[in-house]
Amino acid sequence: MSVWTKERRLILAVESSCDETSVAVVEDGNQILSNIVASQIPSHQRFGGVVPEVASRHHVEQITLCMKEALTQAEVTPADLSGVAVTYGPGLVGALLVGISAAKAFSFAHDLPLIPINHMAGHIYAAQFVEDFQFPLMALLVSGGHTELVYMKEHGSYEVIGETRDDAAGEAYDKVGRVLGLPYPSGKKIDEMAHEGEDTYHFPRAMLKEDNYDFSFSGLKSSVINTVHNAEQRGEEIRPFDLATSFQASVVEVLVTKTLRACKDYQVKQLVIAGGVAANKGLRQGLELGLKEQQPEVSLIQPPLKLCGDNAAMIGACAFYESQKEQLADMYLNAEPSLIFE
Amino acid sequence: MKILSIDTSQQALGIALVEDGRPVASYVSLVNKNHSIRLMPGIECLMKEHGWSAKDLTRVVVAEGPGSYTGIRIGVTTAKTLAWTLGIELVGVSSLAAIAVNSQFSGLIVPLCDARRNNVYTGAYQWQNGELVSLLPDKHISLSAWLEELAEQDLPVQFIGVDVPVFEDTIHETFKHKQTEAHVLTNQLNPLGLAYLGSLKTPEADVENFTPKYLKRVEAEENWLKNHPDVTKQEYVKRI
Repeated sequence: MSVWTKERRLILAVESSCDETSVAVVEDGNQILSNIVASQIPSHQRFGGVVPEVASRHHVEQITLCMKEALTQAEVTPADLSGVAVTYGPGLVGALLVGISAAKAFSFAHDLPLIPINHMAGHIYAAQFVEDFQFPLMALLVSGGHTELVYMKEHGSYEVIGETRDDAAGEAYDKVGRVLGLPYPSGKKIDEMAHEGEDTYHFPRAMLKEDNYDFSFSGLKSSVINTVHNAEQRGEEIRPFDLATSFQASVVEVLVTKTLRACKDYQVKQLVIAGGVAANKGLRQGLELGLKEQQPEVSLIQPPLKLCGDNAAMIGACAFYESQKEQLADMYLNAEPSLIFE
Repeated sequence: MKILSIDTSQQALGIALVEDGRPVASYVSLVNKNHSIRLMPGIECLMKEHGWSAKDLTRVVVAEGPGSYTGIRIGVTTAKTLAWTLGIELVGVSSLAAIAVNSQFSGLIVPLCDARRNNVYTGAYQWQNGELVSLLPDKHISLSAWLEELAEQDLPVQFIGVDVPVFEDTIHETFKHKQTEAHVLTNQLNPLGLAYLGSLKTPEADVENFTPKYLKRVEAEENWLKNHPDVTKQEYVKRI
């Protein structure tokens, strides 16, 4: 039985896994009718990082407002919808529960199918708004909590072929930002600074030569922190722009090299970059250039910046395909903070 | 008037259906389990069994806190989503009043909820002309300060709630010379009582902006405010 029993194929999607409350209405899996994003960054900046209880409280304040705005902006009513999609993990448990509670209540009120979505799969589907997927496809998922290479042979099929063994790339950015005294979240600022310095510090490139698709950023992070501390102890000035350039050069080289190798070995047609760090200009340029030189037959799909961060539109796009696989939930749906790809 | 009441403010879960002042059904579970897994299945089952559909509801009553942060968020989010999307009334009731309503004691009825580190969520209620009145407002306070405050009251005091045994010795010590009852009501969670209180209140004017009553700031925020006394309230959430 298909979920598509209405005139139009519309999904209301809800996302609340970290510090953004978002609700979207998506049509046919590839058109955004609305994508309301309430960002809590100004709040968490006070603490230098996301405080889970503060995040959960903001989600409750925002969730109904966002749902209402999403429907109004999309000019649709609950009766027009075919389903309700919601992120059920991975993420902060208290934050996830707000979105899940709202989605379940909405689904119950209007007798709509409930579609549970993996947040990381959602990130990949942000690219579906740019171009239709062609399989096989490789996705490089980089965010504050994840760094993974995911191979997809068809819609809804995810095989993690490589991942970070310690810190996520985005985590390393935030830690380096803190050492440089930059406000949270510092990824964008480091990216900007990296374009104005030179790679003079020559930080290590971890696991570059190893015969796998895994990553490691903890050694690089420590190397940057030690460099700064040693300079302080010796009373030397550090050169922040060169430091940012050197750090980013190491991250980008490792990500690009391993991703290109994976694309070649798996003979993919498309490469998707996804997650918050996918907004990084250095990474985008590195992948564009690498593919052009080495694998021009592979097309690179880069979601627009707004769709790289957490948002509900990507959850709605993913749900369009998940619902066709009949991956529906019932009222027992719970948050799974450590959800992984199966 | 068809009322659905929800209490997820403590470990126990309570759901009730009330029609035109008549109790129709209630579900209470005193086992500590995840509210997220039980609340909606409980509502779905109870309503189905009694032939109610979501569209029939006219009012949702929710225990708005204080209590378990995650618990009250699940209850409040569920209640306000239902009320908003069905276009029906929402009423928030103090989860402490929802405990106090189960007592018929004539003096001060004092619900106690353990807030850890010798702190409690509490308040003082009294029945006056058939109406449960809040005499001392709900608050988060250290047990010792609260007992001192209560010792100054002229009325006899009754402490109720599942957490009372935790504080029983201290209470008896403080109230040695006063007429005091400190006991646990076995039916301390009663969603029908919550629905009753909710049926008397004026509905919330702004459903979408309704939030839990935590009665306590997050510790990180308390510390930040201490170090930034001059900062005026800002918008901490922005549409992007």
